Formats: sequence, C-alpha cells, structure tokens
Amino acid sequence: MSVLVFVECADGKVKKSALEAAFYGHQVATQLGTSAVAVAIGEVAADELKNLGQYGITKVLHDTETRLKDYVSQAYVKVVAAAVEKENATVIVLSNTNIGSGIGARLAARLQASFATNVVALPELAGNSLKVKKSVFSGKAFADEVLTAPTKIIAVKKNAIEVNTVGTHEAEVESFTASLTDADFTGAPRETIRATGDVLLTEADVVVSGGRGMRGPENWHLIEDLAKALGAATACSKPVADVGWRPHHEHVGQTGITISPNLYIAVGISGAIQHLAGVNSSKVIVVINKDPEAPFFKAADYGIVGDIFEVVPKLIEAAKALEK
Amino acid sequence: MKILVCISNVPDTTTKISFSSDNKELNTAGVQFVINPYDEYALTRALELKESLGGTVTVLNVGLADTEANIRKALAIGADDAIRVNLKPTDSFLVAQQIAEVAKNEAYDLILMGKESVDYNGAQVHGMVAELLGWPAIVPAIKLDVAGNTATLEREIEGGKEIVKVNLPIVVSCQQPMSEPRIPNMRGIMTARTKPLKVVEPVSGEAKTQTEAYALPEKKSGVKLIDPANAGELITLLRNEAKII
Ligand SMILES: Cc1cc2nc3c(=O)[nH]c(=O)nc-3n(C[C@H](O)[C@H](O)[C@H](O)COP(=O)(O)OP(=O)(O)OC[C@H]3O[C@@H](n4cnc5c(N)ncnc54)[C@H](O)[C@@H]3O)c2cc1C
Repeated sequence: MSVLVFVECADGKVKKSALEAAFYGHQVATQLGTSAVAVAIGEVAADELKNLGQYGITKVLHDTETRLKDYVSQAYVKVVAAAVEKENATVIVLSNTNIGSGIGARLAARLQASFATNVVALPELAGNSLKVKKSVFSGKAFADEVLTAPTKIIAVKKNAIEVNTVGTHEAEVESFTASLTDADFTGAPRETIRATGDVLLTEADVVVSGGRGMRGPENWHLIEDLAKALGAATACSKPVADVGWRPHHEHVGQTGITISPNLYIAVGISGAIQHLAGVNSSKVIVVINKDPEAPFFKAADYGIVGDIFEVVPKLIEAAKALEK
Repeated sequence: MKILVCISNVPDTTTKISFSSDNKELNTAGVQFVINPYDEYALTRALELKESLGGTVTVLNVGLADTEANIRKALAIGADDAIRVNLKPTDSFLVAQQIAEVAKNEAYDLILMGKESVDYNGAQVHGMVAELLGWPAIVPAIKLDVAGNTATLEREIEGGKEIVKVNLPIVVSCQQPMSEPRIPNMRGIMTARTKPLKVVEPVSGEAKTQTEAYALPEKKSGVKLIDPANAGELITLLRNEAKII
C-alpha cells in the first residue's frame, strides 16, 4: 500500500500545482502510515524530480519514452496505471488541471476507483474510506464526499492547501516504462500553441483582471503594467473577450476558465454572478470600480471606489516601489 | 454522422445556494433547473455538424422524470430524439456507466458533452465514458470540425491550446467558444412534443462516492475600503496585512 502522486511537468520543470499535489500526497501517506511515490512523464530535469524529496516524495518513477512528449489521455493513463500497480497504490493524488482531472477520470473507470475533483483539504480517515472536502456549485458551496471504493483518486484544487518543505532529502529517481502501443497515441496533438505572457493564468498566484470599465484595448497597458509589477498574470471578463479586446483564453468565469489564485484584482468589472463563479475561490479579492454599488464589492476583501484611470497608475507606482 | 449529446439538469447559475437543515440536500424550492450551460455548447455544435454533414442528434440524460422539461427543450432546439435513463444521478461513475451502456448498443460517431456541470463541477463523466468504451477523449475542446471519418479539434491546455486530428469515434467535452447556444423558437417547441423520448431503465452499477453533507463558505468579513486618493496604501496592506504579495 502506498500513495502515488502524478506530477505534472511542463517545459522541463515540475509545475507548481504538482508541488501542491506532492505535498498533499505526502500528508496523506503520513496519515496512512505509508510513503508517497511520484510518477512523472516526459522530459524534465533530474534535479527538478530529486527536489520533490523536499515535499515528502521518497521515489519518482520517470517515464521518458519520446512518444509521451505531448499529453494523450490514453497513453498517460496507461503509464499512471502501471505505476499504481507497481507501487500497489491505494490512493492516487493529482492536480485539478485539465490533464490531472482527465487522467483521473479515465483511471477511475479503469480501476473502478472513487474519484473526487476540486478537493480543498486533507482527507479524514473513516474506516476503509476517506472523506474529502470539495468545492461545488461553482465555488458557492462545499461538499464532504466519502470515497468508498478500495482505490481512491483525489484531484487537489490549486492554492487550496498550504505547502511546506519537509527537510532536505532528495527523492530517488527511477526510470520506468509502461508497454504502450501506437493505438494509445491516437489523438496526439499536431500542434501546440502557447499563450504569450510572462505568467500563466492557470498557474499564477496573483491575477490582475480587467472588465468593460477599461473602455478599450488601448488602455490595457494599465492592467499589464500592474501585473508586471506584481509578477501576476492577466485576465478579463467575458464581454471583453467577446468584443476581441483580449483573447478568449484570458476570459474567466462560468463559461471561461476557473482560477483560484492567492490574490485576484478586478479592475472595472461589475462582479456578475457568472464572473464570480470563475474567481470566487481566490484567497483575497481586490475590487476597483467607480460604482460603490457594484456587486463585486460584496465578494471583495479590499476595495477602492474610484476611477480606474486615476487609481491604477498609483497602484503601479506603489507596486514598483515594493522591495521584492 | 450519428451524434449523442449528454445533457445534465442543473440549477440556474444565478441560484442562491442553500441546503436542508441537516445539510444533506440542496433546497430546490424556487430553483429553476436548466440545461447545463456547457452542455448547450455541445448541443449546438452537434446541431451545426448535423446541418452541414447530415445525420442525427440524440440527447441523453441520466435523471428522473423531473428532467424531461429540459430534455424537451433540447428537442425544441433541434435534437431529433432523446433517451432518459431513469436513475437519480448521485455519482459520476454511475452516470458514466449508464451513458457507456447506451453508447455500446448504438454506433455513435461522436459523444459530446459539456466540460463540467455547474453543480458538482466534476469534469469526470467524459473521461470515464471514453475509458469504458475504449475511445479517445479530447477534453476540454474549444473547436470541433469533422470531415469524413476524421475530426479536427482545438483542445484547451493550461496556458494555450493544441490542435488535434483524430479518427472517429471520440468523446469530446465542450466549452466556449465552441458554438453559440440557441433559443428554441415556437416551431421547435411545437415539434418537440412529437419527437420520441425513450425512457430506459438503468443497468446495475455501484456509486463510488457518497456526498455526506454540504456547507456554505464562511462569510467574508466585509470589504475594507481604501481612499482612492491614497490608492498606493492598498499595496502596503496587501503586503503587510494580508501578507499576500
Ligand atoms: C450564460 C452566461 C454565462 C456568462 N459567463 C460569463 C463568464 O464566464 N465570465 C464573465 O465575466 N461574464 C460572464 N457572463 C456575463 C456576465 O453576466 C456579465 O455580463 C459580465 O461579467 C460583465 O462584464 P464586466 O463586469 O466587464 O462589464 P460591465 O457589467 O459592463 O461592468 C463594467 C464595470 O466597470 C465599472 N467602470 C466603468 N468605468 C469605470 C472607471 N473609469 N473606473 C472604475 N470603474 C469603472 C462599472 O461601474 C461597471 O461595474 C455570462 C453571462 C451569461 C448569461
């Protein structure tokens, strides 16, 4: 019995969300009196994998088969399933990303396992079951869910758990292969187009977001400069993407992407419920709007009632003055 | 082109969520149930594909009789026929098993569904159905075109997108800007009444998860307002008080 963590990597690095999954896996393993092993797929620096030891991972199974360079759900699931079998894992931890939840779903069907997504806290042991807390109703509520099958899969929501390092030990890296066939690679991507920008929206700890109050794309330098000064990613509301001021992959909300950064700064966004659905699990929300009745203020921790074009330059100046 | 579109019945997103006094059930009194918004992208894309390539669109819902109003709505929007698997959907795996069972007996080219439902936000059913059928799953997709036996899709990845070409049959989960959802017109509503809606009994299966209780998030303590004249103070508060930057 052990805990297996699927560690998502990109551009040769372990993603931050994967460190959260690793630490979560370590905590669960400690609760269960066992150890946490990770599986990593594709090209990633050995040091990155060894470093997982600091988050409580004892060993990393690393599959570098070249066909695995891009994500294909069937192939990845086969690799993870082989690692589950090798390690006799009863709990599998993944990040709640497109890839993580995609793998989790297939794996759950394959292993007849219980699967919980959007998990926001460590599980409670309840006999042979685990009880997890997950975010539901687009962030408007939580559910306690009991995972009853012998094998349990947990997808951890970004920024939901606090990560600490546990000593300085290095994880042992072991090469690993699963027997994959060409059929496992149907649906492999032909082309990958990455968004431009310094910080990825889905990975960002701080997000600066603009709405229709920005008036036009020519004013977006205010959002970009504030984001740059804070090391943040940029986002927008739906109408902004619909009229083409910003690309659709920046649109957050019920019909866009869901994010849960530590800090979300909403500039000239009214805070319609469909927008909130994508951002309401952010830890701290800042709202800048000239309308004191804007609904977003009800969800905010900090607010400034004022004109963007006067307020944001002051914020940029103050953020630039911060000692990093 | 034979397309199956899976729809789920969810509370309208503007619903204020509340629970029964034992926190075990959603209070549904006064709640309007709608077709899951992401499923509407799947439905309208399916209809567009049918209009350009020919074929049929079947909608499928796993649910009790109270979901039939929304199934009829999907028929009014343009689906040809519908299947309801008569089961209360308590768990993704249970739902996926029912969908896979229906699909096994019909030669669908495409199974489309939303990226997730806006009630349980599981984002699980598509992957599970694909695995149970042994098909590829392209999730979440923002574009889908079909020519002959091949689909070309754009799949959203964290921080970008990928272009994928794959042979049918496949499972696809849909999100914006896949299509523009349609509103049923009078003629659609009239013809929907006469379209076939088949009710089938569920195959046996076992839920793997149980929801024990719900809770609302803690109320925010209220917004702290900063004078716009000293807007820079916000940055200081975020560093020293919230300790977030
Ligand atoms: C089915 C459905 C799904 C939807 N999904 C989404 C979604 O995923 N994401 C999303 O964002 N929306 C979504 N919407 C739309 C949503 O309901 C709102 O229409 C949208 O969020 C409004 O965007 P906004 O706040 O940028 O614009 P507005 O509502 O126009 O608000 C602009 C705000 O800027 C303020 N403002 C203007 N000028 C200034 C200034 N100079 N200084 C300071 N403040 C200023 C105004 O006071 C106002 O509050 C959806 C709607 C539907 C029906």
